[in-house]
Amino acid sequence: MDTILAFVIGGLYAAGIYLILRRSIVKLIIGLALLGQAANLLIFTAAGLTRAQPPIVAEGSEVPINPSADPLPQALILTAIVISFGVLAFTTVLVKRVYQTVGTDDLDDMKATDR
Amino acid sequence: MVPETTPIVSLILRTATRYVFAVMLLLSIFLLLRGHNEPGGGFIGGLVAGIAFVLYAIAFDVESARTLLRIEPRVLVGSGLLMAAFAGIIALALGDPFLTGEWATIPIPLLGDTYLGTPFIFDVGVYLVVIGITLVIVLTLAEE
Amino acid sequence: MNVLLILPMLIPLLTASLALLAWNHPRLQRGLSVFGAASLLGAAIALLTVVWSDGIQVTQGGNWPAPFGITIISDLFSAIMVGLTGIIGLSVVLYSLVSIDPARESFGFHPLIHVLLMGVCGAFLTGDIFNLYVWFEVLLIASFVLLALGGERAQMEGAIKYVTLNLLSSAIFLAAIGLLYGEAGTLNMADLAIRLGNSDRQGLTTALAMLFLVAFGIKAAIFPLFFWLPASYHTPPVVISTIFAALLTKVGVYSLIRVFTLMFTQDTALTHTLILVIAGFTMVTGVLGAIAQVEFRRLLSFLIVCEIGFLLMGLGIFTPLGLAGSVFFMIHAIISMSALFLLSGLTERICHTFNLKQMGGLYHSYPALAVLFLVPALGLAGLPPMAGFFAKVTLLQAAIEVESYTIVIVALVVSLLVLVAIARVWNEAFWKNPPDDIAGLVGRPGALQVSGARLIPLLLPVVTLASLTLIMGIAAEAILAIAMDAGEQLMNPSGYIQAVLGGQQ
Repeated sequence: MDTILAFVIGGLYAAGIYLILRRSIVKLIIGLALLGQAANLLIFTAAGLTRAQPPIVAEGSEVPINPSADPLPQALILTAIVISFGVLAFTTVLVKRVYQTVGTDDLDDMKATDR
Repeated sequence: MVPETTPIVSLILRTATRYVFAVMLLLSIFLLLRGHNEPGGGFIGGLVAGIAFVLYAIAFDVESARTLLRIEPRVLVGSGLLMAAFAGIIALALGDPFLTGEWATIPIPLLGDTYLGTPFIFDVGVYLVVIGITLVIVLTLAEE
Repeated sequence: MNVLLILPMLIPLLTASLALLAWNHPRLQRGLSVFGAASLLGAAIALLTVVWSDGIQVTQGGNWPAPFGITIISDLFSAIMVGLTGIIGLSVVLYSLVSIDPARESFGFHPLIHVLLMGVCGAFLTGDIFNLYVWFEVLLIASFVLLALGGERAQMEGAIKYVTLNLLSSAIFLAAIGLLYGEAGTLNMADLAIRLGNSDRQGLTTALAMLFLVAFGIKAAIFPLFFWLPASYHTPPVVISTIFAALLTKVGVYSLIRVFTLMFTQDTALTHTLILVIAGFTMVTGVLGAIAQVEFRRLLSFLIVCEIGFLLMGLGIFTPLGLAGSVFFMIHAIISMSALFLLSGLTERICHTFNLKQMGGLYHSYPALAVLFLVPALGLAGLPPMAGFFAKVTLLQAAIEVESYTIVIVALVVSLLVLVAIARVWNEAFWKNPPDDIAGLVGRPGALQVSGARLIPLLLPVVTLASLTLIMGIAAEAILAIAMDAGEQLMNPSGYIQAVLGGQQ
């Protein structure tokens, strides 16, 4: 399973970087979103994949049923997803505004602030 | 805004939304309360409630969704943040580290003793913030 | 004492939420904003005093014991950074009272500034690497909105670059945290320090260190990852540029110093030498970029990059004296850079441009303004008696102690070139005769576009910050003593680890 996920993560990173290197802002944003997802999957995989019970303490018991999954990576990923949701919502608005003010979706035409 | 004369949204969706909306709000409160000891919580509850309003905005229009909400979404964000901070301050006031869970037992007639804790206040704060943020984002985008 | 550790995050949070509730009452918002910023400064000074007298302060969020919960910790370095955040926060909020336009104010300028301050303070005070990521995102989202607020064309172009590079850095940071957790099984930085030290896979640890170097390096604008900074920092209004210039890259530098003194100290021959080399290149490219600029704020942006080089130099040297130099330089850099950015706003008010070519005659008409420019600017170049001189001397002394003569020479040459860049601004904006098209504007009464009591919020922050650079130069010995203590604490993380984990190890 680790191997398959490694390929998936690699594929996501490759696709994300490819999209970032394109000239269109829309593709840039999709690329950044893909990179975020790749990082989430990476956390999930790197923390160790196990086939186990959810880490919930049953009523009347003191400890979770063993073996239970490590809840921390899932909490990290959940937090990261929430953050990327917020950031993505902002960037969507930004892209729209950029398109309205600059009148193009081509990153190569946005060099005014570099000079 | 969709003019009244062009019925893009189907009648079925509009009619269904009236019922589904109420159910979703109830579900969101159920999730909020359940989150205390079981999967659920303020975040997911807030999302469901937020989506209920978004659905209403899609089925009718953004203006009526705003009217239905009555208060500005950012007021929800502000008060939610205050509430969450307040939950942490209670612990500080009692001399414990910030955000420590503090518990009190409240006798409620007929229901018997109910326990109430600062994590619940925090969760309600999260609930409000999530509804507020979702609606700020979606309604602003939909209005453009 | 745990209240003091929470206040720098709690005060901005409360201020931001109250300001959100007061959305349609700009006067109330302004009042809240000033009150919040002043309280933050008060809390920060209280924290600094306590940490200075009683040593490292720790509290465990939610009373969950370390390393399971989130630790909030302040050593002297953190406390100094929070103190600086307080000073800059109050200066910027005061300056904004007059300078920010009503449109931006009504779109949530005040809540956003306080969310930004909360993120910055949180990043300085957390003892948990994932929590650090969360605070980074808090301050980033606030900075994204602040940068784009107003929606001018240049801002939009700057924002797209800023957002892209920062999101990329966050993605790398997140991936690095995931791998770190997979390797060490903990996220508490003190616990990580122990576990990485005991790890027998040093190669992997070094690879992780490099990932963190890139992730924080983008945020800190080190060579060769700094290109987003001069492309975006000069686009928003001056107040927003100032708070970015003063604090945001410094959070990146803070994080670099934190992880490379606490966690990644296994292979210093590779990692810290690399940092020293990067520091040299950052200084050189920054100052060369600055010399080539004709836009005031772009020139200052390149000087920020140059300063980042000096800040990293102390980390690269990796001795108590070197780190003390970095801490001292940090204090000096934040204060003089924000003074200069705020000042660029004043000159823009007079000349209606940031383009140095189109400015002139300011010395003749406003000698006081010229002094206000010279004090922080010469400090930046490292001339006595300003604080910058003593900070640079400390760094150079540290470099000579470890016999890294190359960096000494580079730093000296760069300091000279900074002086050239400063002299260019002086010549263009202050010394030469004003070009014909603005000759009528300069020296005209009311050229600052405000008068009477409304001048106070505009001038007070600039005057205070500029005099601070001078006072800190005169009181250099006291500042150096604090910086030395901070450097010692950074160099010997056992105190930090002990404070977080107690007797468990």
